[in-house]
Amino acid sequence: MEKQKANIDLNNEVIRIRGLQKSFGDYHVLRGIDLDLYQGENLVVLGRSGTGKSVLIKLISGMLYPDTGTINVLGNELTGITEKEMEALRIRIGFSFQNSALYDSMTVRKNLEFPLVRNRKGITRKEIDTNVHSVLDAVGLSQTINQMPSELSGGQRKRIGIARTLILNPEIMLYDEPTAGLDPITCIEINELINEVQQRYNTSSIIITHDLTCAKMVGDRVAMLLDGQFQRVGSFDEVFATDDARVKPFYDYNFVE
Amino acid sequence: MEGTETTPRTIASRIKGIRDAISGFFLMLYRIYAFVLRFFKEVFLPPYEFKEVVRQCYETGVRSFTLITLTGFIIGVIFTKQSRPSLTDFGATSWLPSLVSIAIMKALAPLVTALIAAGKVGSSIGAELGSMRVTEQIDAMEVSGTKPFKFLVCTRVIATTFTIPLLATYVALIALFGGYLNIAQNEGTSYSTFIEQAFEPITFVDIWASLAKAVVFGFTIGIVGCYQGYNSTKGTEGVGKAANGAVVTAMFLVFIEEVLIVQIAGWFR
Repeated sequence: MEKQKANIDLNNEVIRIRGLQKSFGDYHVLRGIDLDLYQGENLVVLGRSGTGKSVLIKLISGMLYPDTGTINVLGNELTGITEKEMEALRIRIGFSFQNSALYDSMTVRKNLEFPLVRNRKGITRKEIDTNVHSVLDAVGLSQTINQMPSELSGGQRKRIGIARTLILNPEIMLYDEPTAGLDPITCIEINELINEVQQRYNTSSIIITHDLTCAKMVGDRVAMLLDGQFQRVGSFDEVFATDDARVKPFYDYNFVE
Repeated sequence: MEGTETTPRTIASRIKGIRDAISGFFLMLYRIYAFVLRFFKEVFLPPYEFKEVVRQCYETGVRSFTLITLTGFIIGVIFTKQSRPSLTDFGATSWLPSLVSIAIMKALAPLVTALIAAGKVGSSIGAELGSMRVTEQIDAMEVSGTKPFKFLVCTRVIATTFTIPLLATYVALIALFGGYLNIAQNEGTSYSTFIEQAFEPITFVDIWASLAKAVVFGFTIGIVGCYQGYNSTKGTEGVGKAANGAVVTAMFLVFIEEVLIVQIAGWFR
């Protein structure tokens, strides 16, 4: 269950966030976030529902704009970035959605081909097929290639969602609640897949979750988001070596009978 | 005592409600305006989604084809049948082909096509995009380097703008055919005489005005369906609202546009 040591380059920050704030109306979701993600690292962001975990990765992927603060992704400052630069940057970031967000009207093959065909001009049919089979093989679902998303189980949908992001060979992976709504065995399989992706594709990842088993299995570092700020950051054991009444219940619920 | 305290509050809350409703209405108008502007800004810029436009044209045509064929034919037959007694009173049944043709070509064909398309195509676009929005499929497109507005909205609006005039022309022909069958059966009019009499009162301006109407209706149905679906919120409830909003708003606008275009076409005659 414990995470194996990953090959992390501490001199290479792929994401650097400083003083990030985001509000929706009067509701201040993020109140000054500072965060570094290093090359090759899996960072798990833990927190209660509604604390702004998903908002954080949506800000990183440029789907939302911050109120104040800076976000630097792969050397690009997101504040002031042009639309064209953002499009180019997005291809280098894979985003795995909570509900997989597979295109309902397309088969698994078409779902995987879609980002590839649109972002790799002049790609041949043979190259497309090779890429599709490669990512399907990576997530262990080659047999589903001609199925529709509605014919897949929850776990399979998650895997295909991850495969769709991997097909563009992203440098950063953002996972939004990768194990939400899955049975414990499938959760473990998804966690193993996240680690496999880290190793095989040499990605740096932010994993948003409130599943502590997932955090323990995949996180090189864990950051606890409380009241709009990271209150505790460190290894899994370091984060939970506390009597803080806001942190302890997380651990107790998952690991103490 | 309680009553004197609550009354001013009730009035204040009502005023606030009215103020919110008015500002909400103008905000919605502004958003639609911005949505239409964005369409014209993006539609002429590459990449051009020809394949998707063709697919959407096919979808739009196929979705309404059966219903439109049936409705067009029935309109032709019924209109002819209902008009006959009035003309018989004046001994003017020979005018039936002209009357049927004027009614169908000038007004009924584009209007009926638009109303059917608003129900079939508009609702379907609203529901499809609404569902894509609430299941994050549109976000997924955005983060994978695809412009969802271009791929989903521009293609659908082009498709309805292009396909609905074609469907309206088809409806006109089918309705005329229905009218012809009825006239041929009752008055024994030959095909060539019917065609000659049917097209005699129709001018070039009439045909262009009719086509222009269908183009405007097609654009309206597409843009309204896309606006409702693309901006859908609140989960599955939002999808239903988007589909419903697409039909109601499109139909309302189609009637307003009908009045305006008839008025404008009148100036050219």
